[in-house]
Amino acid sequence: MTQRAHRAFDPSLLLLPAFALLILLFVIPLVWFFVGVLAEEGSVGAVVERFVDVLTAPGIVNALVTTNWISALVTVLTLVIGYPIAYYLANSTGWRFALVLFCIIVPYFTSVIVRTYSWMVLLGRNGAINQTLLSLGIIDAPLQLLYNKMGVLIGMTYVLMPYMVLTLYATMRSIDTNLVRAAYGLGASPLYTFRKVYFPLSLHGVISGALIVFILAIGFFITPALMGGPSDVMIAMLIERAVEITLDWTSAAIMSMALLAMTLVLYVIYYRVTDVRRMMGA
Amino acid sequence: MPPLRRATDGLGAISLETVTKRYGEEAVVDGISLDIKSGEFFSLLGPSGSGKTTTLMMIAGFANVDGGRILVDGEDITMKSPQARGFGMVFQNYAIFPHLNVFENVAFPLRARGAAEADVKRRVGDALALVRLDRFADRFSRQLSGGQQQRVAIARAIVFEPRVVLMDEPLGALDKNLRYDMQVEIKEIQRQLGMTVVYVTHDQEEAMNMSDRIGVMNRGRIEQIAAPGDMYERPVNTFIGRFLGEANLVEGNLQQAAQAGSTLRIGDNVLLKAPAASPDLAGKTVHLFIRPERVAISTPGPGDAVAEANSVAGQVRRRSFLGNINRYVVAVASAEITVDVQNVGGPRFEIGDAVVLTWAVTDSLVLGS
Amino acid sequence: MGRARGATLSFYIALACLLLMVPILIVCVLAFSGEGYLRFPPSSFSFRWFAAFFGDTRWRQSLSSSLIIALIACVISTVLGFFAAYAFVRGDFRAKKIVLSVLLIPIIVPHVITAIAMYFVTAKFGLIGNVVWIGFCHAVVTLPIVVLILLSSLQGVDINLERAGLSLGGSRVYVFRRVVIPLAFPGIMSSALFAFLASFDELIISLFLAGVRAQTLPVRIWNSLHLELEPVIAAVSAFLIAVTGVVLLFDMLLRSLRDAKATGKDGST
Repeated sequence: MTQRAHRAFDPSLLLLPAFALLILLFVIPLVWFFVGVLAEEGSVGAVVERFVDVLTAPGIVNALVTTNWISALVTVLTLVIGYPIAYYLANSTGWRFALVLFCIIVPYFTSVIVRTYSWMVLLGRNGAINQTLLSLGIIDAPLQLLYNKMGVLIGMTYVLMPYMVLTLYATMRSIDTNLVRAAYGLGASPLYTFRKVYFPLSLHGVISGALIVFILAIGFFITPALMGGPSDVMIAMLIERAVEITLDWTSAAIMSMALLAMTLVLYVIYYRVTDVRRMMGA
Repeated sequence: MPPLRRATDGLGAISLETVTKRYGEEAVVDGISLDIKSGEFFSLLGPSGSGKTTTLMMIAGFANVDGGRILVDGEDITMKSPQARGFGMVFQNYAIFPHLNVFENVAFPLRARGAAEADVKRRVGDALALVRLDRFADRFSRQLSGGQQQRVAIARAIVFEPRVVLMDEPLGALDKNLRYDMQVEIKEIQRQLGMTVVYVTHDQEEAMNMSDRIGVMNRGRIEQIAAPGDMYERPVNTFIGRFLGEANLVEGNLQQAAQAGSTLRIGDNVLLKAPAASPDLAGKTVHLFIRPERVAISTPGPGDAVAEANSVAGQVRRRSFLGNINRYVVAVASAEITVDVQNVGGPRFEIGDAVVLTWAVTDSLVLGS
Repeated sequence: MGRARGATLSFYIALACLLLMVPILIVCVLAFSGEGYLRFPPSSFSFRWFAAFFGDTRWRQSLSSSLIIALIACVISTVLGFFAAYAFVRGDFRAKKIVLSVLLIPIIVPHVITAIAMYFVTAKFGLIGNVVWIGFCHAVVTLPIVVLILLSSLQGVDINLERAGLSLGGSRVYVFRRVVIPLAFPGIMSSALFAFLASFDELIISLFLAGVRAQTLPVRIWNSLHLELEPVIAAVSAFLIAVTGVVLLFDMLLRSLRDAKATGKDGST
């Protein structure tokens, strides 16, 4: 009895419940959705035809271009704005460190819908920013800050900033500060040291951070849907509309497969360059 | 006086029969066999990667055995779970449960066996008294010194009166002085309680000081099993000779090998008398083994040739002062011989001095390469 | 010059922190507005929007839906995630990194896709608006969070402590109960908290699966935002922020508990 019990116990088996949940409520629904919807087209030829139709439709091509363009801009913005914050985090201690970390963590764990709402309040026609500028006499008429690309960029950059900063911080924390001191000691200027020593050492974090932000950005839905204008339609929004409004399940499935493919390709790259255990700044 | 029951039942004999452990293609423990007697203090000694810890983990039941079997008192336990084996175990880093205090740590094996509260109190008290930690029952591991944590680990391993206690480099994390004290203490507890101990260490002094017998492991095999003194005096090969203490292994050609004695040639023209060696080593390159402390060093003088001793001329090449001994490295023909001289006020030699080295033939051994 | 650079960086960081916090602070301020429409700064303060929030049965309904769903997701994902993380730390199997990255995929795949696929299946089973079902669906996306947190937590549990427990005669279950779970307890609690929070804040899956019966707080906010930016949303948002704050506070306490445990300073003199 005991003998068999001992031999049979393998901790790896404890993975099974989690995978059962994943298969039942994630993999099967996805496969069922894709297969079920596309099967209604009848033949393989018809499915291929629908694929070509959907993925060359001007509205969808536009959305794909917009999605990638906005995602790229957001990635660059989070990187440029977030890099110094991560640097500061990695090189400070005590209350300064705690305060900056607090300012990253609180938005990070606040609901995306709440964060989006708060920017809508700030940027709206009668929002806090316009009211302040008007009352100070800096502008005569409210600025259009919402429902355009500017709004989307501000909102998404804000929502995704913590992912970038925490990923960069994870890399920067492990950079030996003595290397920078050594470079100074060898007569290098601060700029030269940054270019030749610090930045190359942080490059791993830059790539990981950019990838995770871009991956999350291309699937974004809430923020662009609420803060964007008519010309800022992202692919995830088209998918939602296809299901909720036009009831065009086939298009939804095809667009989903395209978006899923993009996401998984990027995830494979992310998997190769980084340690997945560090994902989400854990 | 012994607070815990002394194991007088003669149980706790362990046999390993061609036990093998593989990681992929590589056999980290390669078919070893050994018999450990009841109540014996047996050390597995070897360099890191020699397979000694893996062997212990197989005895403990934490590593699966890929070949062979393990028997305790004749019963095959190869497939038994660790908890069913009922061995006490002391880990390298102590493995004191950080969320339990000293008392609860020691009580763990008793509570796991569902012992009555009064029984737990009494036996934990006895065990803590034995390791002199009675006053520390409420402490947590981080509030204890290394030596105290070590004592907790020992108390916990013996409190349920196991027939066998396994120890995996238990003193590895302690500093040198404390190590010696703990060696004495562990040996004393083992003697009092009479349990079988299998002790893994890479420290040869520790193994020699504590063990009834030592098994030296190298590359997954047992090189030699012997009592410490025998192994020190009579290593079976150059690995053991080098591994256990300081040794001279003078390479030379075995001119003749006879019952009466053999002759070894080093360099072009130095001949050394050596004890009997296996005839099939004749004409081969072998090593003459001699401990540095068995070699005498003196200034050259007339008539010091003795029949049963070697006497060779050399020149001091290096000298180091190690406190209780002076160590000379002397060039003899193509070889270098290390000589340890007790620092008891004898003459000193300087680098470059011409000297004569003398040792009894019976103190040396011929070891094949 | 170095000093000037340091000052520039400090100024920049201060500005960045301000920008990060201002949106959240403004929502909190607006939640206490005494006015009938959104204006910043409000000219008067009151609890009227909180009263409106808690006084409205539909909002209360949403709150209870959110709570039930989050509790179910939290319990399922914490239990399954704990086992999975334990398997990763102690198990001996091939391609661990790949298996782990597969388990983490639900946080990478756009929630819209996951949500629609779940919606597709849910509708077939007629489970739209079933809070228990939604809780299970949320567990799919909260599971990776639990696994990530517990991986690092369990890696801190020395394998020799488990071996010691086993060699001292404890059964697997006994050692789990008396050694592994107590040592991983802060991590387990903290992963449960974050799983709860992630589900409580989740919008997209709920949006598709909630129907009219089980609208969670984020779903109701979403629906209201399409109509008007009424101040009651500020109160609900402030409430969600407060929940986040409580979770972070608890997590901080758990961390200090763990640190105290690591130094053995708890409960003894």
